[in-house]
Amino acid sequence: MGELTDLITRYHVLLAFWMTVKLTVVSALGALIIGTIVAVCRVSPVGVLRWFGAAYVNVIRNTPLTLIVFFFAFGVLNTLSISLADPHSPTSIADNNFRWGVVALSVYHASFVAESLRSGVNTVPLGQAEAARAIGLSFVPSLTEVILPQAFRGAIAPLGNTLVALTKNSTVVSTIGVAEISYQMKNMIEFSPHLLYAIFLLVAICFVVLTLPVGAFFTYLSRRVAVQR
Amino acid sequence: MSAPTTLLFDEPGPKARARHLIVTVVAVVVLLVLLGLVIKGLANPRNSQLTAAKWSPFLQGSTWADYLLPGLLSTLKAAGLSIVLSVVGGVLLGIGRLSTNRVLSAICGVFVEFFRSVPVLVMMLFAYYFALYVLHLADNQPFFGVVVGLVFYNSSVIAELIRSGVGSLPGGQREAGLAIGLSEGQAMWLILLPQAITAMLPSLVSQLVVVLKDTALGYIIGYYDLVRGGQTFSTNYGNLIPTMLVMAAMFIVINYTLSRVAQALERSLQRRGRAGGLPADQLIDNPADAAKSAASY
Repeated sequence: MGELTDLITRYHVLLAFWMTVKLTVVSALGALIIGTIVAVCRVSPVGVLRWFGAAYVNVIRNTPLTLIVFFFAFGVLNTLSISLADPHSPTSIADNNFRWGVVALSVYHASFVAESLRSGVNTVPLGQAEAARAIGLSFVPSLTEVILPQAFRGAIAPLGNTLVALTKNSTVVSTIGVAEISYQMKNMIEFSPHLLYAIFLLVAICFVVLTLPVGAFFTYLSRRVAVQR
Repeated sequence: MSAPTTLLFDEPGPKARARHLIVTVVAVVVLLVLLGLVIKGLANPRNSQLTAAKWSPFLQGSTWADYLLPGLLSTLKAAGLSIVLSVVGGVLLGIGRLSTNRVLSAICGVFVEFFRSVPVLVMMLFAYYFALYVLHLADNQPFFGVVVGLVFYNSSVIAELIRSGVGSLPGGQREAGLAIGLSEGQAMWLILLPQAITAMLPSLVSQLVVVLKDTALGYIIGYYDLVRGGQTFSTNYGNLIPTMLVMAAMFIVINYTLSRVAQALERSLQRRGRAGGLPADQLIDNPADAAKSAASY
C-alpha cells in the first residue's frame, strides 16, 4: 500500500485526475458550442445548411477519435505549424498539446451533441407545432414557448450520455502527451509492473467516480423533466 | 430536397422563400471561403501539402499492398474477433443479469456497470501489460490487448442491449412460455432471446462501427493497425496530412456503409411490426444508455 501511495505522489496522479476533469469540462463546452451550431444547421429550412450539418455529422462520427487527435496534433500543429500557444512561454509544448487535444475532443463530440439535440427536436410530436399555430402563435412564440422547451428536455438524456462518453474518450489525448490519468497509468505500470492490478483499479475507480454520478444525475434529470405523453 | 422536418417551420411563402435564397447564397459563400482558406493553407509553399509528390504515392500498388491494406486487414481482424467474442460474452452477461438467481444477477450487474465506466483505452493498456508481465506472451501482446480491451467493454454494452431488448418485449411472451410448460430458462432461450436479438440487431450493427473506430486505439499500445500502417508509410514521403485524409476516407466509407446497413435493418424490422430499439443515428458511443433513456420517455 505504501508503495502505491508513493507512486501516486511520484506520478502526480491527483494532478492527472484534475487534468482529465479540465479536458472534459473545456471540451464539453467546446462540443456544446460547435454541436449547437451544427444542429441548428441540420434542422434549418435552408438546403445548403442542412447538407453541411449532415456532412459534418457523417464525416466526424465515422472517423476514429484517435485519427482526429493525430490530425490536429501531428498534422495541424507539427506539419502546418499552426500554434495555439505563445511559442516563447516555457510551457508552450504542453499548452499546445492540451489546446489541440481540446479542439480534437470538441470537434469529435460536437457531432454527437448535434445528433442529441436533433433527436430532442424529433421527440416533439408534429401535433404540438400544429396546435401552437392553430391557437394563433406566430413563428417565434411557437418555437420558444412550445417546441424548444420540449426539445431540450428530450435532449437531456442523450447529452448526458455524450458527456460520459467524452469523459472516457479524453484518455485518447494521452497519445499526444497530455499528462492525464491514462498517460500516468502507462508510466506507473512501466515503472512498477508488479503493482499492475492495483494501478488498474486505481485508474478504473477514478473513472467510475467521474462517470457514474454524472450518468446517474442526467438519468434523474431526464426523468424529472420528461414530458408526459 | 424536401425538409426532413416540418415541425419547426411552416411551408415557406414567397417572402420566406426569398429569405431562404439569401441565406443559401450567404451560406454557400461562407462555406466556399472556408474551403478556399483550407486549400490556400495547404497549398502554401511553406506547407505544400497539395503537390503531386505527396499524393502520387497513393497511385502506386505497393502503397496499398505494403502499408494500407495490411493495416486495414489487421484492423478488421481485431474488430471482427472482438465483435464475435463480445456478442457471446454480451448474451451470457445479459442473461445472467436477467436471471432469477439474485447472486448471479448482482455479479453480472456489477461487472457490466464497472466495465462500461472504464475507458476502452485504460482496459487495453491493462490487458496489454497483463499479456506482457503476467502471461509473458512471446508476441502478439498488442493484439491481445486490443481484443481483450474491446471485448470487456463491448460485451458490457451488448449485455445492456440484450437487457433492454428483453425488457421491451411484452410481458405476455414470458408468461405464455411458462403457461405452456417451459421452464424459466427455456422461455428465455426459446422465446425472449430470439426476439430481443432480432429487435436489437440494428443497434448491434451500429456497435460494430464503434468497435471498428475503437480498434484505432490499438495504435497506442503498438498494434499494427490501419493508423500505424499509414503513419509508417507517411514517414517515407513526408505526406502525413494526405495519408491521414486517405485513412479517414477509408474509415468513413466502411463505417458509413455499416450505418446504412443498420438503418436498412431498422426499417425492415419496423415493416415487420417489431419494436426496433433506437434508430441507428441516435446511437452514441454508449448505445445501451441511449436505449435505456429512450425507454424512459
